[in-house]
Amino acid sequence: MRTCGLMALCVAMFCTGLAAQEAEPIKVGALFAVTGPASFLGVPEANTAEMLADQINEAGGINGRKVEILVRDTGGDPQKTVALATELIIKDKVVAIVGPSRSGSSMAVIPVVTKHEVPLVSCAAAETIISPVEQRKWVFKTPQKDSQVIRHIYMKMKDMGLSKAGIITGTTGFGGAGRAQLLKLAPEMGIEIVADETYPPTATDMTAQLTKIKASGAEAVINWSIVPAQAIVPKNMKQLKMDMPFFQSHGFGNVKFAEACGAAGDGIMFPAGRILAVEDLPDDHPQKAPCLKYKQDYEARFKEPVSTFGGHAYDAVMIVVKAIEKAGPDRAKVRDAIEATKGFAGTGGVFNMSPKDHNGLGMDALEWLTVKDSKFTLLSKVAKAE
Amino acid sequence: MTFAYLLQLVFAGIAAGSIYAMVALGFNVIYNTTGIINFAQGEFVMIGGMLAVTLTQTAGVPVWLALPVAVVVTAGVGAVVELIFIEPLRSPSVLRMIVITIGVAIILREAALHVWDEQMRAMPPFVGDEISSYEFMGAFFKPQAFWIIGALVVSVIALEAFFRLTITGQAMRAVADQRDAAALVGIAPKRMVLLSFVVAAGLGGLAGVVVTPDTQIAYNVGTELAIWGFLAMVIGGLGSAAGAIAGGLLIGVMLKVADGMLPPDYRTGLVFVLLLVLLAVRPTGILGSRARARLREF
Repeated sequence: MRTCGLMALCVAMFCTGLAAQEAEPIKVGALFAVTGPASFLGVPEANTAEMLADQINEAGGINGRKVEILVRDTGGDPQKTVALATELIIKDKVVAIVGPSRSGSSMAVIPVVTKHEVPLVSCAAAETIISPVEQRKWVFKTPQKDSQVIRHIYMKMKDMGLSKAGIITGTTGFGGAGRAQLLKLAPEMGIEIVADETYPPTATDMTAQLTKIKASGAEAVINWSIVPAQAIVPKNMKQLKMDMPFFQSHGFGNVKFAEACGAAGDGIMFPAGRILAVEDLPDDHPQKAPCLKYKQDYEARFKEPVSTFGGHAYDAVMIVVKAIEKAGPDRAKVRDAIEATKGFAGTGGVFNMSPKDHNGLGMDALEWLTVKDSKFTLLSKVAKAE
Repeated sequence: MTFAYLLQLVFAGIAAGSIYAMVALGFNVIYNTTGIINFAQGEFVMIGGMLAVTLTQTAGVPVWLALPVAVVVTAGVGAVVELIFIEPLRSPSVLRMIVITIGVAIILREAALHVWDEQMRAMPPFVGDEISSYEFMGAFFKPQAFWIIGALVVSVIALEAFFRLTITGQAMRAVADQRDAAALVGIAPKRMVLLSFVVAAGLGGLAGVVVTPDTQIAYNVGTELAIWGFLAMVIGGLGSAAGAIAGGLLIGVMLKVADGMLPPDYRTGLVFVLLLVLLAVRPTGILGSRARARLREF
């Protein structure tokens, strides 16, 4: 009798143990710069991750298990990012990590995820994050490639009959990487760089650097930075009566920057993800439905406009979630599944990853956008109207 | 190197330097009365700017009303800071004061992050819009820069009038000069300390209001401003208002000239080289004096 009861107790415990196993959530780490100098990146990214986790869990989770996205605030600091990544990997035993927000932090964290063999999908843009791909087995990124954005810009310049560019870049990881690519690609695209100026991320007035560019005979000005100061460059340019074509990088992707430019915004051209002008897309475009849903959900919940930054987090989280759905919560299998992502229509474009390409976006992921009346529209729409 | 080019750089430098000068003036007011170096001074500029944006952009208040309201509210924040953090102290050391004011700066910054969010905020210039500029001798001048320089001029005149012509101002100078003697003739030093914070915060707020249409504002702009303002005060001479102005304008012009004429990234190095050379040659700053430079007791 007693043995029976004991056996029943053991079986019951075993079963509850099993049930507890089933109910244990899948943990995904997230490293975002929620506070600090890059908070305009980290806040929309963290918001997006939080919203997606809730939506996925309400719809039943990943293969019946809840997903838990552990968001950690890096403060925009590479060292802190490394410490938090280590903690997520060893203590929290996450399956994969999305983020970091910044290029500098992403570069810092690559050795950690490589050593511990944890897949990482960064939301930062510098090309060196995933290149050379042989040394980046565990690292992926969702923002479009700098080199492709720059190719678009140089091609547009050639279309407009211009060949002399004055570049002005921010001295952050993103800005520096962009500058390196601008200088590298210019000769092969037939562009001459006649001025090369920089400004620190906290700069508030670029009149001096622009005066230098004005005097250099530049036919077009290209600004490459991600910080809010990028909205000051067009204002200073117009104040100096510099009317030549002005290009921004895809770091301009927050409509608040367009608003901040005010009257100086009209005519700014930049290649970026279609999330910024989603209403203008034709209904049968593969990105229209997911972008529209994300935009409506995000703006309703957080009462602020969508940006490409939050969009990169959307793409990263969805890619990781889909990989876990396919391959189960095993780090190496998830890595393989991420690398095999094909045809995923996200905010940044349609992703087709491969062992040689850990970004998965081509030149067609980018759309030419411009600013009109402090709003983003497709450049093709404005050009047609004129 | 044309004259127009140089003129452009110098004018930009004067506009930028005016803000550093106003921060330095705020540092001086508190330093002169209390001997404290208030590292939260930069945060007052930030608060003034954020208030100006919220009032004009969110609440639709016209600029001519928003400006004084923002300045007065910021001055009020200065009073609150003094009452909570400074007033209860009993003969703290210089080091403790510095640490306390840095802590206050952090608190104000985090509070701003919670009240407003992390997004940068912009407001249109007082006159014209984001692209207006006047041309003069080949250089271009944006209208807001004149407001910034004008704010500095007005601040200086107002401060001078206050300290020389009003009883309260003279009382503050008395406390700055000889605290115990001032107490003996019936001036309440504690009240003068409070007033010094109010005035300094008001100055910071004014700087914030006039600079925001030009440079945008976010919750974290105060730190760098405090550093440049402090450097301006050191270069110009601790405790000297004229020195604060000279120091601020000098730093502003040097940064712009470096940006415009030297290879990139030489700007900060240049200012610090100047600082080192200056302090080696004239340790009390351009217009400072030995008497004022002795860190006085609180």
